[in-house]
Amino acid sequence: MSDMKAGSNLEKVLKAGHFAFTGECGPPKGANVEHLKEKVAHLKGMVDSVNVTDNQTAVVRMSSWAASAIMVQEGVEPNFQMVCRDRNRLAMMSDILGVYAMGIRNMLCLSGDHQRFGNHPQAKNVYDIDSIQLIAMVKMMRDEGQFMNGEEIDESPRLFIGAASNPFADPFEYRVHRLAKKIAAGADFIQTQCIYNMDKFRDFMKMAVDMGLHEKCYILAGVTPMKSVGMARYMAKSVPGMDVPESLIKRLKDAGKGKVAEEGIKFALEQIEEFKEMEGVAGVHLMAIEWEHRVPEIAERAGVLPRPEV
Amino acid sequence: MIVADRKPIQEILEMVKDCKKVLIVGCKGCVTVCNVGGSKEVGVLAATLKIAFKKEEISIEMDEKTLERQCDPEYVDQLKDMVDDYDGIISMACGVGPQFLSAAYPEQRFFPAVNTTFFGGAVGHGIWEERCAGCGTCVIHYFDGMCPIARCSKSLLNGPCGGSADGKCEISKDLECIWDMIVRKKMEHGRIDDLLEMKPAKDWQTARDGGPRKSVREELANE
Ligand code: SF4
Ligand code: SF4
Repeated sequence: MSDMKAGSNLEKVLKAGHFAFTGECGPPKGANVEHLKEKVAHLKGMVDSVNVTDNQTAVVRMSSWAASAIMVQEGVEPNFQMVCRDRNRLAMMSDILGVYAMGIRNMLCLSGDHQRFGNHPQAKNVYDIDSIQLIAMVKMMRDEGQFMNGEEIDESPRLFIGAASNPFADPFEYRVHRLAKKIAAGADFIQTQCIYNMDKFRDFMKMAVDMGLHEKCYILAGVTPMKSVGMARYMAKSVPGMDVPESLIKRLKDAGKGKVAEEGIKFALEQIEEFKEMEGVAGVHLMAIEWEHRVPEIAERAGVLPRPEV
Repeated sequence: MIVADRKPIQEILEMVKDCKKVLIVGCKGCVTVCNVGGSKEVGVLAATLKIAFKKEEISIEMDEKTLERQCDPEYVDQLKDMVDDYDGIISMACGVGPQFLSAAYPEQRFFPAVNTTFFGGAVGHGIWEERCAGCGTCVIHYFDGMCPIARCSKSLLNGPCGGSADGKCEISKDLECIWDMIVRKKMEHGRIDDLLEMKPAKDWQTARDGGPRKSVREELANE
């Protein structure tokens, strides 16, 4: 419990050896604070911290730092997300200082979806630094008390540093090395891409454990319950780096009309049960996209309530 | 080489529609090699414009000329005796050409007939691909001769992003993921260790981000 890096709730939960349970919330497509507060309210007490997405899928939304700050006010701990697509290193470092000043204690570093997918494909893409360099930069700011150029920071931002890992992107053999690289750069915790192909994930975790990565970093398994057969098909076909086995699509289809969402939740619950036992998995990251109101029920049925008070 | 695409004819038409006499100037450099602005394409553009103007019952006179290069004052100079005979001059060189022409002949107006796209080469008949972004500090030796700055959609320096699937880039199924190629080549040659260390953030000062660039070679400049 000693030598906390940031002292966030998530860090404390993980350091105490609890099975972590994190959620996700997309900021509104506008300045609708009430709507955001309503979504956040569903998650309160149900998860250890909540990821706040940063213009996810390159669609403009309320800034992730502002939504994170609102979340802090609401008494829910955010995992502030930052992508490399929209900011150069100057903007990144100033936002990192800013979020810390606003009471934010976790940060997730991502490459970000290319703007070609989003609602402003005309935009210039930045990518001054990449996600691994971003991790290293946040760590340097926190642990060395220095900006990227080596200049001293007057009061450094103490953030618990997160990163993403997609075991299902290609080349598969390299994915665990990329994870290792993120950990070496300074990631304290990892959240994986939504997992549907359990066989492949087991293989991936075995490699990670063999390399001892789970001892250097907390790995949270990504879970997104399928709401419909259409969603499963869409993810299988149109989301690059997403692996949805045909058997799962069939299982959802076979559930029959009106029962697909329940089947999706059942599958997610089975996954969570397995992750609780899986070597190297320190928790689950539940991305219930636009389904925040179902999180309490899922958390309850997954047996992860009440969340530990640390 | 520098690769370019011909602008749509309508756009060129709009540019010169008020001219009575126009000169089309090609270039024997890169744009000849990528079949967009050499003497052959100058001829094709002249013919196409003539037909288009005729359709709109506009009479316009058109001459053709192709220079050795348009990015070199020595060759640009060759236009000096004819440049005043025209109401406007269309350049079929890359973006450099019409700028050198404009600088040499400030009284004349020059119109670009091509969209300059990238530094690359032909990968098949009639197909060109980008290879270099002119970042000013070449690093391709770290990546087995492949450039992630120019060829990865996110210019990543530390491996493939989470959107790499089946060897394709997340932005298009028609685009190779260069990182997939780099990783596979490293694995094949037993050099995957090269990719385990973090490559630090790039210094973009030598790229366009550091402002417009200039190259001075003392030994030549002082001659
Ligand atoms: S590293 Fe820079 S100079 Fe070398 S090929 Fe890539 S963009 Fe061009
Ligand atoms: S899919 Fe490959 S080429 Fe495309 S952005 Fe990701 S790493 Fe770069």
